[in-house]
This record gives sequence, structure tokens and C-alpha cells, in this order.
Amino acid sequence: MESLIVVLVGILVSVGTYLILSRHMIRVIVGTAILSHAVHLLILAMGGLKKGIVPLLGQSEGEFTDALPQALILTAIVISFATTAFLLVLAYRTYKTNGTADFRELRGVSDE
Amino acid sequence: MNNLIVLPLIIPIITGIILVFLRSSIMLQRVISIITMITVSVISFLLLDIVQTEGIIRLDFSGWLPPFGILFVADSFALLLVLTASVVTTICLLYAFSTIGKDNEKMFFYPFVMFLIAGVNGSFLTGDIFNLFVCFEVMLLASYVLVAMGGKKVQLRESLKYVLINVVASWLFLVALAFLYGTVKTLNMAHIAERVAEAGQEPLLTTVAILFLLVFGLKAGLLLFFWLPGSYSVPPAAVQALFSALLTKVGIYALIRTFTLMFPLNQEITHTLIGIMAGITIIAGCLGALSGRDVYTIGTYNVIIGVGFILIGLAAGTETAMTGAVYYLMHDMVAKALLFLIIGMMVYLTDETIIKNMSGLIRNYPLFGWIYFIVLLALTGIPPLSGFVGKILIGQGALEAESYILLAIGFASSIIVLYSLLRIFLASFFGETTISFEDRKRIPKGAYSSFILLAISIVFIGVGAESLAVYVKDAVNTLINPSVYIDAVLKE
Repeated sequence: MESLIVVLVGILVSVGTYLILSRHMIRVIVGTAILSHAVHLLILAMGGLKKGIVPLLGQSEGEFTDALPQALILTAIVISFATTAFLLVLAYRTYKTNGTADFRELRGVSDE
Repeated sequence: MNNLIVLPLIIPIITGIILVFLRSSIMLQRVISIITMITVSVISFLLLDIVQTEGIIRLDFSGWLPPFGILFVADSFALLLVLTASVVTTICLLYAFSTIGKDNEKMFFYPFVMFLIAGVNGSFLTGDIFNLFVCFEVMLLASYVLVAMGGKKVQLRESLKYVLINVVASWLFLVALAFLYGTVKTLNMAHIAERVAEAGQEPLLTTVAILFLLVFGLKAGLLLFFWLPGSYSVPPAAVQALFSALLTKVGIYALIRTFTLMFPLNQEITHTLIGIMAGITIIAGCLGALSGRDVYTIGTYNVIIGVGFILIGLAAGTETAMTGAVYYLMHDMVAKALLFLIIGMMVYLTDETIIKNMSGLIRNYPLFGWIYFIVLLALTGIPPLSGFVGKILIGQGALEAESYILLAIGFASSIIVLYSLLRIFLASFFGETTISFEDRKRIPKGAYSSFILLAISIVFIGVGAESLAVYVKDAVNTLINPSVYIDAVLKE
């Protein structure tokens, strides 16, 4: 199961990287969002995926689910949500003032 | 008593939230924010004093004992930086009162400065690496807003770049955290250190360490500084000063913490890498500073040189070098803040950024000119000003560690710093006066008082280095013997 998730993470990272390298603002922002999803899955996989056991010590013999990665992911999701929201607003304002959403055309716009 | 540790984080946050609701009454916002920052400075000084007598103190949130809960750890190193950061912010606020403009003040300038300082102080104090990530993000989100504040074309463009770079860096931080958690199964920094020491820092852990080096390098502007000159030259002067004084320093703090506490074992790889990166950073920064024709370029590349220089101390890693790094870190925070405040004021006075077009400022503003001269001397490292102690100790440490190349680069950079700043001095302050005495703009009183206060701090760090020595020595002791930190967190 872990290896499957890791492959998924790999696919997501490559999609995200591809999008980040493009010239269009919205694509880049979607790319960062996908990257953040990838890393959330990575954290989950790193904590170990043990199905169906309560995250408490002593409830069952031996194995228990590690609840910490989920807490970490929750925090990271909130943060990436905030950053993405801010980025979208910023991109919109940049588009409004500069009249373009293309990074290459933004280059060298001086401030008049 | 331990509860005091959380105050440098919690007071600015609460004040920030209150200030959001006081949007229209600017006067009240100013008074509350300055009182808050003075309070935080006083508290951090008190804490620093307590730590001297009681040793490292920690606060386990909601009573979860380490390594399970999140905790704040206050040692001298963290507290010295909290103190310097709070003092510098207080003074930058003084400058902002008279220069930032009503529009920005109404658009939540003060609340975001409060959130920024909360994030900065939190990053210094936290003892949990995931919490460090969270504090970083608090600081960065505030900084995103501050970079874009004003919404000019060029600001929007640069802030978009700045935000994207930092989003990717934070992503990398999470990747590094995931691998670290996967390997050592803990997030408490002291506990990580213990586990890494038990496992003997195998290659996998060294790889994770290098990932952290990249992440913090991006934040500190170590080698990966390409985003820095652009985004540091667009916001208002007070924000620039805050950024160059605080943001890169948090990255440096994180680097020092990571590689003295958590991953100190594989030094021939990690510390060599840091040394190489620091060397290249300094050389590139010098080239940038030499090529610059406007004040912003010269100023921002000087920030980069400063980052490289402090990290020579970490790369050398001896006790003397670390002492130098701590001194230089404090000096750099104060001096860079003053440098950027002055640069901002020069641009305000002349409406020019190219140094050749300013010319003759010293005739109209003699005191202003000589304060710039003090910064120049301090950044170059002339005794008895603040840069001297740090420079000499880092140099001595590099000698002890036999890294002669770094030593040569470091001291050659001093000459370049002197040259680049002297160019501003000669071109902008001396020379023919272009604006007549009657037509000159006045320097606001608030701005003047902030210059003078920062200049006094520079002289104090230089002349009073002896009185700071107690604290610095304790800070370095923790850095050199990580077991002090680990015992303080995990024992009892």
C-alpha cells in the first residue's frame, strides 16, 4: 500500500512540477496546489498506513495507527489553503494592473 | 515563570487581531503597536536574564511532556535574537509612523507587522520542528502582504515571484519533514538530535539534512538568493528594513540550530557544503554590489554578503567562530535595518534611486550623512563599532578550522562592502548639491529618532561587546554542546 501511495506522490509531483514551469499564472498556482497535495500524501505514507487499528497505545496488542501525520497534514492543508487563496488574489490583482497573466510578458514592466 | 516564554509570540498576535478592528483610528494603532513592541522587548530581556541564572527554560503546551507535545525552548541564543528582533522592530515602527503613509496605515500595516514579529519570535523560540514550519508560515504570510502593500505594478510582479519561491521552499520543507519523520519518528528537535546521535547519522539522514540545508538556504538567501534583490527593493522603506533585518536572519537561525543541534555528526559533508555555499554567496553578493548603480541593488546585495559571512562562522564550527557568528548576527540585524532606513530616506528626499543623481545630501542633512557613515564603518567592521567583534572572531575561528579560502573570501568581502557603500557616500552625500537648502524636504522627526536609536545600538554592540559577552558565551555554549539543550528538554 505504501509503495502505491509513493508512486501516486511521484505522479502528482511530476504533474505539479510541469505546471509550475509553465508561463501562465493560474497554471503555476494550480501546480503549487497539486504539489502540496503530493507532500500531504507523502507525510501520510511516511507515518505508515496501518488500516483499522485505533490510534491509542494499549487498546490493542502490538500495532497501533500513528495519529501524528494526520495532525501534521491538517495543519499543512490549512496553511496551503491560505497561501493558495492569497496567491489567487495576488495573481488577479497583477492581471488587473498589468493586463497580462503571462509571466514572460510581465518581465521588465517598469513602474510608471 | 515559564509561561513568560510564550509572550513574545502571543502578545503580538493578540495585538495584531485587536488592531484589525481599529482600522480607522490610526493614532490608536500607532500607540498600541509601539507599546506592544516595547513590552515584548522588555519581556525578552527579562527572559534572557532569567535564563542566565536558571539555565534553559521550556514551556510544554497543555502539559504534554516532551517528546510528545509541542514546546517552546528558550536558550540564550534564541533569546538574544528575540531581543534584537523586537528592538529593531520597535525602532522600525518609529520610522514607519512618519513615512509609511496613511493609505498603508489604513490597509492594516501595523497588524501585519505584529503578525510578522510573532512568526519571527515563534521561529526563534520553538523546540519542535513542525512548529518551526508553522511559525515560518505565519511570518511568511505576513511578509507576502507587506511586500505587496501599496499595490504598485512592480511590487505586484516582484511579490508574485517572492510568494511563489517561498511556496516552493515551504513545500520542500514539508518534504524534508516527511522524510525526517519517516526516519526518526519524532518531531521534537532535542529528541531528533538524540535519535540521530543513536543511529549515527547514516547517509539517509545526511540526505535529509541536505534537504533542510536547501530549504533554509532558500529562506536565508544562502546561495539560492536570486529572489532576494528584486523582492527586497520594492516595498516601503520600513518594510525593507524589517525584511532585511529579520527574515533572512530567521533562515540563518534555523540553519545554525539544525546543524549544531540535530545534524552535527557528518560535518565533513554538511559543513563543507555550507562553507562552499557561503563562499559562493559572498562572491556573488560582492559582484552584485559592485555592479549596482542604484541604492537598492547595492543595499540588497550587501544583505546577501552578510548572510554568507555569518555562515562562514557556522561552516568553521569552532567555539570562537560560533561566538563571532552570534555577535555578527546581532550586528547585522541592527546595521542592515539602519542601512535600509537610510536608503529609503535618501530615495524619499531626492526621488531618485540612481546614486549619481542624488549628490550633495550632506550639505542639507549633515547629521543624516554622518549616521550613514557610521553604518558604513560598522558594516565594514571598523572598531569600535558593532561589526568588528563579529568579524574578528569569525576570522579567528576560520583560522582555527584551517579554512583559509573562506577566511580570504570573508575578509576580501569587507573591502568590497566598504567600496560599494563608500561609493554611495561619495556619489550621493558628497559632490555638488543639486537641491538648494530652501527647497529641501525635511526629514521627519520620527525618522531621525529611529536613525539615532539604531546608531546608538550599533555603537553599543561594538563598545559594549564585553557586557553582552555573558549572554553570548552562554548561547555559544549551548550551540557547541548540544547535550545542554537536549538535557534541558528531555530530562526531568
